[in-house]
This record gives sequence, structure tokens and C-alpha cells, in this order.
Amino acid sequence: MVTINGKQEQAAGMSILAYLQSAGYSPDKVVVERNLEIIPRDRLGAVVLEDGDSVEVLRFVGGG
Amino acid sequence: MADKLILGGHEFQSRFILGSGKYNLRLIKAAVEQGGAQIITLALRRANTQEKENILDFIPKGVTLLPNTSGARNAEEAVRIARLARAMGCGDFVKVEIMHDAKYLFPDNYETIKATEVLAGEGFIVLPYMNPDLNVARDLQNAGAAAVMPLAAPIGSNKGLATKEMIQILIDEIDLPIIVDAGIGKPSQACEAMEMGADAIMANTAIATAGDVPAMAEAFRLAIEAGRKAYLTGMGRVLARGGSASDPLTGFLGGN
Repeated sequence: MVTINGKQEQAAGMSILAYLQSAGYSPDKVVVERNLEIIPRDRLGAVVLEDGDSVEVLRFVGGG
Repeated sequence: MADKLILGGHEFQSRFILGSGKYNLRLIKAAVEQGGAQIITLALRRANTQEKENILDFIPKGVTLLPNTSGARNAEEAVRIARLARAMGCGDFVKVEIMHDAKYLFPDNYETIKATEVLAGEGFIVLPYMNPDLNVARDLQNAGAAAVMPLAAPIGSNKGLATKEMIQILIDEIDLPIIVDAGIGKPSQACEAMEMGADAIMANTAIATAGDVPAMAEAFRLAIEAGRKAYLTGMGRVLARGGSASDPLTGFLGGN
């Protein structure tokens, strides 16, 4: 299991890009952190999620 | 016109930094345009797949994005958020905002200085939100801040220039742009801060909670421009006591 934005997901073995696309995120509008390491957008397809990973998927929202 | 706001080597004609929180994404474009804002703040939060609309699609091209580090409770978290925001690929600006006081939402000046030093060292253009204090402003300058953003009153309060005297001291003593942030609730307060010599105004709640968001953005633009012009012109003097006639004191009807 992979923890993504605090929830347990069956995503081990998928690339981050494949996970984002299958879940319905826009990969060009988010930034991804895996185990506290930022994954550059051009590497999302190359990094494969592993069991126990902790991932944050973030986007910009309105703020002051 | 050579009067420009310069932040980290970038030049801006506008002295109004617009927040994008607490109002409809569809109003952002009109607010930017009517407010003449060239910089808009954003926050970084967890994405979800339910929301199909993305704020980046609503911000006009050419507007500089200023991500904040809201949600950070210490320097370490602020640095983490700033790096993530930069990885979004929208530039090097960051507004450092660190708070852990839930009642007044005051920024933690000590943690803010620490985060500013780290981020400036990494090439960020750092605009720290701070509780106005001369020594802290000096520390922020030494840490590499591109400006300082003193609060006028508690964030979101619309209470105006509660810290007026402290902000005036920063304007007088700190050789960095002073951007008055948080608490400005009315155009007249923005105008007053600009008359005092502030370099720019950041406002969000005053506009977001107004009856007409783009029209209030325009009112702020006009007030900020008026205040700036008055400051550059040199304000008329104030008499300590008594009055001074504006009309000639000779040639009265029926005189000699």
C-alpha cells in the first residue's frame, strides 16, 4: 500500500505519472513529493511507487 | 514614469499585490484587471480529483505568482512548502508565512527569519510576512529578504493600520521595500499607508468580502495610486495650533 495525501492506495508498482493519470489528476498542474523528496515533473514517469511510500500531491489554490 | 516597485530585480508598475483567497475563481481575472495587480498570491494545498478547475487557468498571463507558505508552523515546514511551490514551475517568488497561533494568526518572527535565510540562500525571492519590529526587519534584511511585509492588523480582520507607528519606523529605517500586508480593510487605509511611504499594499480579505470584488479591487488601485502620488509629491504641512487662511487677508468689502 502507498499512502497518498493521507489515504491508503493500491498504487505500488505504478509509476507516479501512471497513478496520477489513473486517479484523475492533471500531472501538469500538481507537484509531487515522495518520502519528503520532490519529484520533478519530467521524472514522474520514471519513478515507480513502492510499498510503504508516502506521497503528497499538491496544487495551487486561492490564498493570501 | 520611472516610479517602479523593484522586488528581487523584477520591476513592477503596480503597487497592489492581490490575494486570491476566499472568492470565486471566476472573479480573479476581473479583479486583477480592475485592480491593475501584477502580482497575485496563492497557497499550496493537497490536490484532489473532485475539483476540475485549477486556479492557474484563471490568472491572466504575465501576472507574477507569489506562492505563500501558509500552513507552515515553523521554518522547516515553510522551506518544504516553498521548495514544492517552486517545483510547480511558476518562478522564484515566495511569501514566507509562518504561524502557530490560532487566535490572532500572528507570524512567528523568529522562525520567519530562519526560513528567509535558507530560502534566500537557495535563490528564492523571499517576501517575509512579519510582525512589525525594527530589529526583526533588520535581521530579515541580513537574511536576504527582498522586501518585508509587516502586518497592519490581524490577518483577515479588516481593522486597518493598527500597527501604524511600527510600520512608519520600518519605512523610515529599512532600506528594502515595505509591503503592508494583512488587516488593511478599506481603500482609505491602503491610501494612508502609501502616504506614509509604504512601497506596496497586499490585500485579500478586504476585496474578497466586498460586495463587488472587481470593483473593490479597482477602488484599492485608485487609493494606492493616490497615496503614492501624495507621498512622492510631499505632503502639506500640519499646524501645531491655530489656523491659516487660504484666502487673501486684504481687500475686504467695506475696508479702507
